[in-house]
Amino acid sequence: MRPAAKPEAPGLGRSETGAAGQFADLEHERSASLLGMWTFLATEVLFFGGMFTGYIVYRTFYAEAFREAGGHLDLFWGGVNTAVLLVSSAAVAMAVRAAGQGRGKSTAGWFFSAAALGAVFIAIKAHEYTRDYREHLMPLRDLPFRFPGPHADQARLFFNLYFVMTGVHALHLLIGMGLVLVLAALSWRGRFSGGRDAPVEAVGLYWHFVDAVWVFLYPLFYLMGR
Amino acid sequence: MNNIASMPASPPAEAARLPARHYLNEAHTLRSWFLTTDHKRIALLFLASITVFFLIAGVAALLMRLELLTPEGDLVQAETYNRLFTLHGVLMVWFFLIPSIPTVLGNFAIPMMLGARDLAFPRLNLISWYLFVGGGTLTLYSLIKGGVDTGWTFYTPYSTLYSNSAVLSTVAGVFVSGFSSILTGLNFIVTIHTLRARGLTWFRLPLFIWSMYATSLILVLATPVLAITLLLLAMERFFGFGFFDPRLGGDPLLFQHLFWFYSHPAVYIMILPGMGVVSELVAAFSRRRVFGYKVVAFSSLAIAVYGFLVWGHHMFVAGQSPYAGLVFSALSYLVAIPSAIKVFNWTATLYKGDISLDTPMLYALGFIGLFTIGGLTGLFLAALGLDVHLTDTYFVVAHFHFIMVGGMVMGYLGGIHYWWPKISGRLYTEWMGRFSAITAFVGFNLTFLPQFLAGYLGMPRRYWAYAPEYQVLNVMSTLGASILGVAYAFPLIYLTWSFWKGQVAGPNPWEATGLEWRTPSPPPTHNFETPPRVTGEAYERSHAARGEA
Repeated sequence: MRPAAKPEAPGLGRSETGAAGQFADLEHERSASLLGMWTFLATEVLFFGGMFTGYIVYRTFYAEAFREAGGHLDLFWGGVNTAVLLVSSAAVAMAVRAAGQGRGKSTAGWFFSAAALGAVFIAIKAHEYTRDYREHLMPLRDLPFRFPGPHADQARLFFNLYFVMTGVHALHLLIGMGLVLVLAALSWRGRFSGGRDAPVEAVGLYWHFVDAVWVFLYPLFYLMGR
Repeated sequence: MNNIASMPASPPAEAARLPARHYLNEAHTLRSWFLTTDHKRIALLFLASITVFFLIAGVAALLMRLELLTPEGDLVQAETYNRLFTLHGVLMVWFFLIPSIPTVLGNFAIPMMLGARDLAFPRLNLISWYLFVGGGTLTLYSLIKGGVDTGWTFYTPYSTLYSNSAVLSTVAGVFVSGFSSILTGLNFIVTIHTLRARGLTWFRLPLFIWSMYATSLILVLATPVLAITLLLLAMERFFGFGFFDPRLGGDPLLFQHLFWFYSHPAVYIMILPGMGVVSELVAAFSRRRVFGYKVVAFSSLAIAVYGFLVWGHHMFVAGQSPYAGLVFSALSYLVAIPSAIKVFNWTATLYKGDISLDTPMLYALGFIGLFTIGGLTGLFLAALGLDVHLTDTYFVVAHFHFIMVGGMVMGYLGGIHYWWPKISGRLYTEWMGRFSAITAFVGFNLTFLPQFLAGYLGMPRRYWAYAPEYQVLNVMSTLGASILGVAYAFPLIYLTWSFWKGQVAGPNPWEATGLEWRTPSPPPTHNFETPPRVTGEAYERSHAARGEA
């Protein structure tokens, strides 16, 4: 009998190797899961790519206005948030490592820390949004938009892009937090031991991607023109 | 386990009866269908849903053709007409053409052609269907709310600032169904990479797999751009963000760039799968290997890659720089090369082939003829100067219908008829199939050939009334559309009938090659009793004969 022998049970059973029925073994399943996540991240790059294209176009058209508008963002809190997110990625990397070594409780701990750091990021972001709202820099529906100087309209474009891009990023982060919390609970119960840690690695990739998007957003909005 | 045993042969004794257990009679509960993760059942779920959308969109087309029977706008009002062509476009593009071959035939056949038990991510596959139905429901809800009048392209600023129709819910529906596309493409890519049977190397894959791989690349890389574009549009319409609002310095042309960056590759999502089916059909019914296998395989990838570089040819008269137009025009011509390779290689495959004109083959031959006309007229439109004259005329309408209806729908129906014995385990009545294929070809040409003339003479698209001198051509077109309607309705009836009452087909009624024909029809839930092993090249007939012996 070849090693690729499949279980006889109907439905989506798991073979004696623990892999889903369509795979030969866990290593096979892992390679598929990771390829799936990388492919998904490629779609994400294109998804964010549309917004980055918009940013590049308008920043080229209205460089002056974008420079001025960027000055109204909070460099301090933006910088802190960048640090928070980078540290969270380190925590996720530790979680992936711990899962690979079969240390479920340690994995859960690192994932929980990452989620907590994600929450800090969201809280800081909310604080920044609130400030923008108070300063009438939030061009939402009928809210008044007040921007000093001759470039008010173009600055409004800047803030449109700012809110949508950071907003979509924050949404991705919230999804990531949900995922790592679920994985934290599962790994606490030892679900990923014995080489079954492919989901941990896949979610880790997602988290790093969301982090990497911020690494581009931060200079484009906060540092540009300073 | 020796080689022959691991290649399930088809004992002739089985030909008379259906196998005792197969994926259709495994379970009969509603739950076993709506929560299934079996790729074959999900394919049937998709088949049923896209058929519904096809019928609704077809009725919209029929109403438009009836309106255009006379030059005056008499049957419907101009507003209604706008909503009709938008409905027709949105449903046909996103809820029929894009999912058609991938989600039905791809879902059904890919795992079996690879010798796999299922797709790599079966649950994701089911989620993909639910997203599709969810998106479709939202879009139909917009229809109830009064419809949309923007055209399927949702051009800004009309769609964001001026239109008083149900833009948001339609856009939301398309957005959601886009995730269905992405998940399907992702699933196919991973499946093709990781679940090929032993011995099934990349250059032994059936060409259908190559074309589905190329299609999946586009699905995965282009659809997210549509998603973000529609999201920006919705933000602008709902929250008043002004990305494309000229009053703020926003650029409506940016919307068109982003939209066509998706929608031109999407055109290839709507034709590459058809090409893949035709490669299978031509090989099966002329009993030869496809001529120049590797070149045909790579031409699919070439089309997918070029497809991303030519979007600007939709905007020649929209105000983009003439230099950009020049480049886009030249790149658009390039697409003709891989497309022509396919047509020439199919033709070369037919040469000295042992051709049988069964129903699927008639559809395939129809595809080749109509696609050739559609492709060549595409070159007219890629020419900068000529395009100025032809933009937004019926010439464009005729051109893309030749590709999408003449090409993709023919390919889809050919594929449905080809794999139907595998799907249902039964045969349809052959003369009915042939009659439908020929009727579709005749009806199609009568509908759309006159539109080339009308367009060249200057008849603009998207109007509910027109100058009287175009009437003869429009009457021909409407007559053709009625014939086409019959040609599409007929298979619905006899295929449905044959699903329960047709003659039992046996594992391989076409004597085709390919792993999917080496398992019983209908296949068991796990496709193969033993994992197959491949020792020969694709479409190698001596090898297939050995397998049968």
